[in-house]
Amino acid sequence: MTVSPESYVALSAVLFFIGVVGVIARRNPLIMLMSIELLFNAANLALVAYARAWVNNTGHIFVFLVITVAAAEAAIGLAIVAMTFRRSAHVDVDEVSALRG
Amino acid sequence: MIAFWILAVVLVASAVFTVTAKKPVYSVVGLLVNFIALAATYLTLQAEFLAVIQIVVYSGAILILFVFVIALLSSGTRPFEVGPDKAPRILIPAVAIALLTLAGLTVTALRTPLTVIQSTSTNGTTGDANAFGSVANFGVALFTTNLLPFEVTAFILMVAVIGVVLIAGDETPGEEGARRRKRRPGVREPIVKDTLVR
Repeated sequence: MTVSPESYVALSAVLFFIGVVGVIARRNPLIMLMSIELLFNAANLALVAYARAWVNNTGHIFVFLVITVAAAEAAIGLAIVAMTFRRSAHVDVDEVSALRG
Repeated sequence: MIAFWILAVVLVASAVFTVTAKKPVYSVVGLLVNFIALAATYLTLQAEFLAVIQIVVYSGAILILFVFVIALLSSGTRPFEVGPDKAPRILIPAVAIALLTLAGLTVTALRTPLTVIQSTSTNGTTGDANAFGSVANFGVALFTTNLLPFEVTAFILMVAVIGVVLIAGDETPGEEGARRRKRRPGVREPIVKDTLVR
């Protein structure tokens, strides 16, 4: 007995939900970045599930591109976090408010 | 069927642990379990190449990057996890917004006409270029139909590398930079904060 694609998409939606809560509720920039990785993975799971449902590997190609962009995003995000911490020793994104008017 | 439910429980539990963990290192461990379980889920969906890529790129590269940044940032005099996390104050609006997102996703997914195609090519042997999800099938699609996006990927990675060097590197090279680096001790003092914020 096979699992229906809807189950995978529902699982993907639940993972996305958890990631959104993490991005909004946590103030630690590193944990926020990790929650963003959770969001990427939830979207990837939905793409792979739909690619399997309609037998079409364009979804796989798209997931490949998303993983590439996620790697670039993680590298740049972590560089920004490191630079911010080096300059002002802040671990709370609410404290980084130099641009507040 | 059983594999899916086991993987689903592991995925959700590790994701919740990642989001709620007190220290970033614990979050990394939760994320590692999440990534490996997701790779196994890809295997159940016949995406063999993506499962391998998930392990290599996410668990191998990105998580190591997180661990190194945590290690570098917390190597000063004070522990990294300082200051209250304001999670309880904004937890309710956060959950409300996330629930709205979940509702939107669910409605969109249910309205998508999903007719599962049962093709004979899904049951081919591994390595057959016609078998759906095999590495050969993925490679042929990547290097013929989608060659341009693949090239753009290389460009994105190059831009990211240059950007990281520009952002994280010391901005003043040469003798001036060396003097500034010497003046900056291991203890982190809020240098920019006083000049910018106040």
